[in-house]
Amino acid sequence: MNRKILGFAATVALAAIAVVPASAHRQWMLPSSTVLSGDDVWVTVDAAVSNDLFYFEHQPLRLDAVKAWAPDGTETAIENKATGRYRSTFDVHLTQKGTWRIASVSDGLMGSYDLGGKTERLPRGTTTANLAERLPAGATNVKTAESNNRNEIFVTVGEPTTTLFKPTGKGIELAPVTHPNDLIAGETASFQFLLDGKPAAGLSVTVIPGGIRYRNQLGEINLKTDSQGKVEVNWTEAGMYWLNVTTPQTERAEGATGEPPLQRRASYATTLEVLAP
Amino acid sequence: MQLSYSALLIGGSAGLATALATPAIAAAPGVMDVTISIPRLKVAEYHKPYIAFWVEKPGASAKTVAVWYDHDMKANEGTKWLRDVRQWWRASGRSLTFPANGITGATRAPGTHKISFTRAQLGALAPGQYTLLIEASREVGGREVLRIPFTWPGKAGAGGRAVGTTELGTVSVSFR
Repeated sequence: MNRKILGFAATVALAAIAVVPASAHRQWMLPSSTVLSGDDVWVTVDAAVSNDLFYFEHQPLRLDAVKAWAPDGTETAIENKATGRYRSTFDVHLTQKGTWRIASVSDGLMGSYDLGGKTERLPRGTTTANLAERLPAGATNVKTAESNNRNEIFVTVGEPTTTLFKPTGKGIELAPVTHPNDLIAGETASFQFLLDGKPAAGLSVTVIPGGIRYRNQLGEINLKTDSQGKVEVNWTEAGMYWLNVTTPQTERAEGATGEPPLQRRASYATTLEVLAP
Repeated sequence: MQLSYSALLIGGSAGLATALATPAIAAAPGVMDVTISIPRLKVAEYHKPYIAFWVEKPGASAKTVAVWYDHDMKANEGTKWLRDVRQWWRASGRSLTFPANGITGATRAPGTHKISFTRAQLGALAPGQYTLLIEASREVGGREVLRIPFTWPGKAGAGGRAVGTTELGTVSVSFR
């Protein structure tokens, strides 16, 4: 009996790990500045996966998928990459005036198939593009659900621009009602979130101020996007904030057994700097 | 007013100032004089502050009238810290290019300084209520913003003051 329960718990735990990559910890990128002036401008970014914000104390963020885009949309290399035990770091040379994007985007396919009377899980790294080659011959009852994760930050040299906010139409994306590099304590900012290019109602938005290590309460703000995909955030204090958006997930009924139903998942994370007035 | 404005076009700002100082013309004052004191601070590492002066009016874009910064560093490196004058940077600075002719100049040492702005420098103000903002930001130091509301055109003579507590001393405005 005991063994059976344990076995079941282990299966559920394994399923959770496979389905929700890295959701137990917080992924973040922290730029040295978000509002910049000058003629030869650089930004250094720390990138990590951790519990407390913004302390690198658990895992470095892998830089394989990190890219930068100049205000005119051209892709730019990140430089001086290094990955340490707890933190990655890199630089971006901001050679154009305007708003830059630095992002790590990953798209995947979760799911399962039947083969030889057994249900198998799709291997990690499966995407819409490589699904066909990853499926073994004879696989039947193929079930898939897309997952899109976007972790991005914005930095601005001179005047904020919005050319970069043209949506790709995949996963959760930010449409700036208030520009993310124009945030001031004492003001209210409005952001719109798109899912697959369309304003998405009912997304969960969590905003957490940095500096968690030195306070007892998390102090998070929990919001839901309205019918137009919008949320309003009232910035009471200056500082660095982590903002996370996820698609709502249906909770399983207590005592439910078997495979959890496949659900389309998307997540979004960004780091916002709120300046003192 | 029309007459004195013509004088500016013909004779330059010195001509305008002279013309306006002459009671016979009886035009409204056309020059704002700003007297600013920069406090001497006893700190281990002192750098002269960056100071920006700008004019705001609700519903209109802000107009920078003067910026004192490290304007003569090689490769224009002094511009890197302009964003630390952050209220000004947001209101107006970020849309400018540096150096800006007739606007930017060198940082000033502690003491009292006078700077004058003509109507043209102030952005050819339409009559109304405005605010002059003065923001100082010091390397390895603090930041302070002062606001002096004023009416344009002002009455000749004293036209408002504000007193700083940390990075700025007294700033006063008068018109002539």
